[in-house]
Amino acid sequence: MLVARRLGKRYGEKRVLRGIDFDLASGGFLVVTGPNGSGKTTLLRICAGLAQPTEGTIERAVSRGAIGYLGHEPLVYRELTALENLELYGRLYRIAERRERIGMLLERFGLWEVRHERVASYSRGMTQRLALCRVLLHDPELLVLDEPYNALDEAGAELLDAQLAELRGERTFLLATHEPARLVPFASGRLALAA
Amino acid sequence: MRYFRDVGALARKDLLLELRARDTLPAMVLFVAAVFVVFHFALPESPSRLETVGLLWVAILFTALLGLGRAFVPEREQRTLDGLVLAPCDRSAIWLAKSLATFAFLAAAEVVALPLYAIFFHRVGGATIAAVVLADIGICAVGTFLGAMAVATRARDLLLPLLFLPLAIPIVVGAVGASVVDSPGRYLGFLALYDALFAVVCWASFEYVVAE
Repeated sequence: MLVARRLGKRYGEKRVLRGIDFDLASGGFLVVTGPNGSGKTTLLRICAGLAQPTEGTIERAVSRGAIGYLGHEPLVYRELTALENLELYGRLYRIAERRERIGMLLERFGLWEVRHERVASYSRGMTQRLALCRVLLHDPELLVLDEPYNALDEAGAELLDAQLAELRGERTFLLATHEPARLVPFASGRLALAA
Repeated sequence: MRYFRDVGALARKDLLLELRARDTLPAMVLFVAAVFVVFHFALPESPSRLETVGLLWVAILFTALLGLGRAFVPEREQRTLDGLVLAPCDRSAIWLAKSLATFAFLAAAEVVALPLYAIFFHRVGGATIAAVVLADIGICAVGTFLGAMAVATRARDLLLPLLFLPLAIPIVVGAVGASVVDSPGRYLGFLALYDALFAVVCWASFEYVVAE
């Protein structure tokens, strides 16, 4: 699904990533760990196609539309409601039976009752849940998740655990985290980045 | 057909955001009204039509710049451009939708601006209105493209006017010409040609603007 060879990234004089090699097979679950500033986010952005490497190569066996990306920001509009945000992404991803899929995800992540409220009024945890709904909306083949447990309370984290358990093996995961212990039951490999 | 559905969904989102936040349009309307009021008192009594036509186009250009500067603010502040760029739609749909939304805001500001101009200075003729429509298309096409480029930089507030104003000189030449001559066809044709040329260039190269 993903093959990286001698992957590197520089921003001007600053090198943020150097000599990364890994193979992520279809159905695999690769956990990326490392201290702050080790390049986890840059690596995930390159893998999702949001940034280009300045050294090395990355091969993706999936199209852009089959990638689900969760970054540090939820990538939703604060002045729109949860429903309007997911409707927008649902249209852009051309999801069949969009309304049913959106309703199911909002229900699963506990946002159905607040679906008509603007995201600006949500707590950080609720916004992160909505971001997870956005990522899962088009049922992506490759999920690239950067610190997905951020801002989630215990109930939200358990919901995410259940989702990961359900999709493990069926979908491919590349996940960066500071809590690798939580992902031991799911992980098929680990990539530790140095500072 | 799908392309235009994507454009429709994205443009609807931009209009909805403005309806909720009211960040752009009120500022544009107030700005253009303030410019006319200031010049009404600053210019000598009964200024010539030639002088005030120049003022009208400067006011329109700077009002547009105000809207263009805010066009990608939601995407910048909430980093949502990443989400749009990852969607499997043609990336030029983002540019076209944003241009359409900016065109709508600029046209709405001009609905207030042109009657004000007529009250303070001179009557607005059909050729001027045609020039306004054609100029708006060019301003929004080029300005939105440059706005997307500028938003990725630290000096975005400075960069947009620096890039946009030189490229807007042909628009001003065509629009002022169409507003003051008796046979404006040549100038309107020039504006239409500018619109077509730059729209194609922006449409074809937007993909590279949003790629990191």
